[in-house]
This record gives sequence, C-alpha cells and structure tokens, in this order.
Amino acid sequence: MMAARFLRRSIPVLRQARCYADAPSGSSQMSFTFASPTQVYFKEASVKQVDVPTLTGAFGILPAHVPTLQVLRPGVVTVFNDDGSAAKFFVSSGSITVNADSSVQLLAEEAFPLDQLDVAAAKANLEKAQSEMASASDEAARAEAIVKALE
Amino acid sequence: MFARTSALVFLPQCQWHPIFPTPILVTIRLKSIKNIQKITKSMKMVAAAKYARAERQLKPARVYGNGAVALYEKAEIKAPEGVANKHLLIGVSSDRGLCGAVHSNVAKAIKAKIATLTGEGKEVMVVNVGDKLRNILFTLLTHSNYLLLSCKEVGRKPPTFTDASIVATELLNMGFEFDQGAVIYNRFRSVISYKTDEKPIFSIDTVANSENMGIYDDIDADVLRNYQEFALVNIIYFGLKESTTSEQSARMTAMDSASKNASEMIDKLTLTFNRTRQAVITKELIEIISGAAAL
Repeated sequence: MMAARFLRRSIPVLRQARCYADAPSGSSQMSFTFASPTQVYFKEASVKQVDVPTLTGAFGILPAHVPTLQVLRPGVVTVFNDDGSAAKFFVSSGSITVNADSSVQLLAEEAFPLDQLDVAAAKANLEKAQSEMASASDEAARAEAIVKALE
Repeated sequence: MFARTSALVFLPQCQWHPIFPTPILVTIRLKSIKNIQKITKSMKMVAAAKYARAERQLKPARVYGNGAVALYEKAEIKAPEGVANKHLLIGVSSDRGLCGAVHSNVAKAIKAKIATLTGEGKEVMVVNVGDKLRNILFTLLTHSNYLLLSCKEVGRKPPTFTDASIVATELLNMGFEFDQGAVIYNRFRSVISYKTDEKPIFSIDTVANSENMGIYDDIDADVLRNYQEFALVNIIYFGLKESTTSEQSARMTAMDSASKNASEMIDKLTLTFNRTRQAVITKELIEIISGAAAL
C-alpha cells in the first residue's frame, strides 16, 4: 500500500474548484465493476489495482486515478484484490471508464478467466490464426484473429 | 360461427348466455373451448420456461447496462438546451403477440414523445426493434415519416450481444446525425409487473462538448467515437434483455388468465349442456306419457 501511494499519479482533479464527489473517504476506495454481457465478475467491489490493455497502451489503475475513458484492446486484464491475490482475465474488446468518484466500470465484449482457456488448443488456433493474420491487413481482422487464437 | 337462432336470456345475476337449441351445438362449442384451453395452458408453460431463462440472463445484463450508462449519470451529460436538436428514439419490443400490453405501452410512450418533441420544433426519427411496433406505429401513415429503421425476427430466440451490435451498426450506417435520444423499453420489475422506461443516448459531439467532460483525461476523438459506439450497443442490449423478460412474464400472465377464462366458460357450458340434455329427455318422456294416456 505504501508503494502504491508513491506510484499514484498526480490528481489534477483536486486542484479544480468544480470537483464533485470530494469526500476523502470515497477516494481511497475503488468501486470496481467488471462485466461482460453474459457474466459479472466484479460488481462495485473494492480492489487495489487493475491493469488493462487499451488502444493507447497498458494502464494500471489505482484508487483516485484521474478520470478517463478508454477503449480496450484484446489482451489480459489483471485485477489485484485487497488481500494481494491477482486474478487474470482475457478480454477481447470493450471500454473502461474511470469516474471522478473513483468508480471504475470495465465493460468487456467477451471476457474469460485465464484458467478457463486451454493452452494447447490456444496454441493450435494461434498458428492457424497467425497465417490468417499475415494475410489480413485490416486492423479489425487482425484483432479478430487474435481473439480467435486465444479463444 | 354456427347460426344462433336462440334468444338471449337475461339471468337475475346480470349474466347472459344463449339457449342452444340442441345439445350437439353445445358439444361442438365445448370441444373447441377445451382445445383453446389446452393451447393457452401450454403457451403459459412455454412462456414460464422462457421467462426463467430470460430472468437468469438479465442479472449480469443489468450490471453491464448500468455500468454502461454510469458515465452519462456521473458526468451529468446533457444536450445543449434550446438548440434545434435532432432526436433519435429506439423502441424495443418484439415480433410476437399474445403478451398483454407490452407492445402498446412502448408505442404509446413513443407517440407521446414524438408529440412533445415535434411540438417543440425538434426533428425526430424512430428506430423500432420488433415487428409489432411497426404494425402499431407505422402502418397507419400518421407516423410513417418518422421511421428510420425497422428490425424484425426479434423474440423467437433470446437476444444476444451480436443482435444489439447489428442494430447499432445499421443505425450508425443510416447516417442520421442525431444529437441525443432515448431507448424506450419495458423495464422488468417482477413477474407480474413491468414499467415502460427510457435510457438516454447521446451523440459523440454532445458528449465531447459537455461541460463535465473536461475532467476526463487523455481522450482523443478516435477513442471517444469507439467508446460511444460501444456504449450504444450496450444500451440497446440492455433494453433488449429487459424487454424480453417483461414480455415473457406478461405472456405468462396473459395465458394464465386466458386459461382461467376458458375453464369458466367450460363450466358454464357444461351446465347448459346438461340442462339442455335433460330438457330434451323430459320432453320426450312427456310426449310418451301423454301419448300413452291418450290410448
């Protein structure tokens, strides 16, 4: 927790006068909601940190992160719980919202816990999809191929 | 419909039913009502099974949908007042009937919104998901100039995220530059109740220019556009899920009351049948007895 405090990004929102949700008790907790259309993984849970892969790069989000909107890239989301354990999920795409009151909504189009993915099947699909990927120059098709590879 | 040559009898309890001249006609009617009762009972069971599944799928979908609109609520995004806005209404319903007032509630809400918005001089276009809505709203030429897009084949199978994304893609391809809008759907409250509700949708420009967006860091136009498109799909998906659950529960209730009405009719008709039968027998007996007495 000490290290997290050092690593926390500066919070411009506190310098602005028109900030709402200023309650100090609220900003030390992150209300984390992580869901796909068919399943909810975290609902307004309190977690320490969330690592997400976005189109503009990989983010680590801690409580009182500056508000932002991002779009996800296919990749692995890691959630660090309050007790220190980490849970990893593969997401195909989606969006993440960090609000001023430290609530985070991570909405994924498809999300699976990593231990549900079969490594051997994934490798076989990866080779098939990589040949597809070489021929598909379109970003979307590439993302699809990556998704299929890791499904 | 067989010819009813009988008179209507006004019973003291303020009910009425016709006197059938022969027991045969009563039997025919009784048989057809019993068949109808079988059909409504089985429809009720099918609707109950579909409702159970829809409600199970609704739980994660609700969390998902609430997460999607959280941004709009927390940042208090509003379209600029007073400007001639273009509105987009998405009405979510289904193709199938026999489910109570589900479709007409959504249609009423849409009609009311069209009336207020055109009264304020704003431009409105409507997207309807589900054929029943199209029948109610648009075949009567009164509102047909508001129709932007119509979607069918809704309601046979439970809606998926793919369905919602197809609707959103087609809608965005139509190129209607709306400023704000709403998704109108039936929000599921319990097995016996649902409420027509709406969730707001905003265009990219409205969100970008909204005053509270300044606190959100590191947003460029591309990211915002992707985010908005994804949010649109999420809201449509949420409306679809809630609508199907409300529709199945309404159909369950409607078929249940239809079965009850049918069994009431069956009871009354059975009594009538027995009375008619006994009347015929008594008449024959009287004829025989008076004939024998005449000898």
